Amino acid sequence: MNRIDSTFKSAKAESRLVLAPYVTVGYPTRESAVELALAYVQAGADMLEIGMPFSDPIADGPTVQLASQIALEGGVWLEDAFHLIERIRAQTDIPLALMGYANPFMQFGLDALARATSAAGADGLIVPDVLPEHAHDIEAANAEHGLYLIRFAAPTTPLERLRQVGHGAQGFIYCVSVTGVTGSRAELSDSLPAYLARVGKATNIPRVVGFGISKPEHLRSLRGRAEGAIVASALIDLVQASPPGQGIEAAAAHVRSLAAAA
Amino acid sequence: MLDTRTLPDEFGYFGPFGGRYVPETLVAALDELEASFQRHHLDPAFVDELENLLHFYAGRPTPPNHAARRSKELGGAQLYLKREDLAHTGAHKINNALGQGLLARVSGKRRVIAETGAGQHGVASATVCAMLGLDCVVYMGEEDVHRQALNVARMRTLGAEVISVTSGTRTLKDAINEALRDWVTNVESTFYLFGSATGPHPYPKIVREFQRVIGREARAQIQELSGGLPNTVIACVNGGSNAIGIFSAFIEDPGVALIGVEAGGRGGDQGEHAATVESGTLGILHGSRSLLLQDEGGQIIGTHSIAAGLDYPGVGPELAYLHHIGRASYATIDDAEAMRALSLLARTEGIIPALESAHAVAGAVRLASETSSNHVILVNLSGRGDKDMETIAAQLGERP
Repeated sequence: MNRIDSTFKSAKAESRLVLAPYVTVGYPTRESAVELALAYVQAGADMLEIGMPFSDPIADGPTVQLASQIALEGGVWLEDAFHLIERIRAQTDIPLALMGYANPFMQFGLDALARATSAAGADGLIVPDVLPEHAHDIEAANAEHGLYLIRFAAPTTPLERLRQVGHGAQGFIYCVSVTGVTGSRAELSDSLPAYLARVGKATNIPRVVGFGISKPEHLRSLRGRAEGAIVASALIDLVQASPPGQGIEAAAAHVRSLAAAA
Repeated sequence: MLDTRTLPDEFGYFGPFGGRYVPETLVAALDELEASFQRHHLDPAFVDELENLLHFYAGRPTPPNHAARRSKELGGAQLYLKREDLAHTGAHKINNALGQGLLARVSGKRRVIAETGAGQHGVASATVCAMLGLDCVVYMGEEDVHRQALNVARMRTLGAEVISVTSGTRTLKDAINEALRDWVTNVESTFYLFGSATGPHPYPKIVREFQRVIGREARAQIQELSGGLPNTVIACVNGGSNAIGIFSAFIEDPGVALIGVEAGGRGGDQGEHAATVESGTLGILHGSRSLLLQDEGGQIIGTHSIAAGLDYPGVGPELAYLHHIGRASYATIDDAEAMRALSLLARTEGIIPALESAHAVAGAVRLASETSSNHVILVNLSGRGDKDMETIAAQLGERP
């Protein structure tokens, strides 16, 4: 069984949300990204999203853009993502999903990507600018290596399309919480519960909410409405705001409080 | 016979190029835009209104111009200029802005966003929004805000908000990133008035259809003036809206050579030019698959051109396709050669072209030196040089 499926199964049995912190490859540095990821695991992460930086990340707000830029200036390559995944996998059995924009993946080659991602120990791919109707090549390459391609839902997705997205979806549906880009938000949208209910009506695949999730109370409000949550910008903001050498500890402490609310 | 009206296919592909690579949030809006375009662009009332605006507001048809002195200097090749620089707002961009502006109005969305490089699409969008009573926000890279300051002032005078984009390379590429982020955020209230023949499906098709008027007019005009079809049609290419606009009328004429001219910038080194067809590779940027300037890891590379409107690391998918099937060829003109052509056109014909269009003129000059007499060259003079006077003056000042 894919680790993603088993993780959602056991979280469901325990009536808790799957908490998935986001780690940028090469941020804060190549080396400290490993420490950061392992600190999140220690703090209670159920799954990790590993983000490969791209020069033109159109779905990302200023925080993830900044982390990506720092990593790219540090000379990060896709191979660094595989190394990061390998080193995390050596320490934990939680599911790992590699996120990246289409172009760097395409340049690497989709078969080579699926092989290397799977060999490194990841369980899924998240590609925010590839729609299901354009994903046949990626899905075919992934299938040979038991790797899932995660699909997206958005507040603007009509019910009929949600059904199509749900049909054949693997692992979980990444439910973008708002119309917008990634970035920490103080409040979740009032229309979020109705939207998540719509996704739940269209598919039985676990719903993981991302974009804007930053606080324990956000997670508490998602319980019973979704099956998981991804937290990215709020953690990067903490790393950025902390004095040198204290960022990892601060972000991990926040993951601990989020895990307690999940 | 190649019939490009059947392209793109239902998924937005021109052969291996095009498609729709966007976040899920935008899918519904792009579907809605496509449905609206299909419903309206052939509707007689819509067509009438657009044709009226193109005629009485934008000043179309733009004249063709036989560059007589220039032709003589070129040793016999006959040079004709399609004078898009004489359209209202000073470039071909108004054609598409009027078309999409009418689509924005029927969409009921009161807020319009646009990206701009040289500022011509921004000015055209601001103009159309002012006329139609829509709010307009234009994203423009910080570097372009400085070098096209006149157009920034024009946009603000027209009531548009100009947002200076400071991320990445601070040029058109990053202006599009920010415009897409705005659209993802405000998609329910906002119409994205896209200016280039690139981006996610259906934009490359919509922009081509609204720019097709250039080629339609030019084809009839040159037959009347020269007694036949041209031997060669030349346009500058980056996103490629002016090029696909004029090429579209000649694609099915195998005897007419189509040449796109790309920006050679300061020379051949990576990062120093924007010659995407010549040295790019297949990739995905800003919603479509096309040729791109990128490194081996798939990160997009910065570009340089003296012309802000050619300073982009991609090319429209249909233009990449025309290259792929051998229907169009591409040439590269560097900053210096474009400046020489600009200077020559100014002094021999009394026309100061935009720096972008000067690349097409330079391509024609180069071709004329290689062809026999009576070769008829049609150049799309896509815009006028007023916006570039500071750059031009500085360049000419350096080389008195």
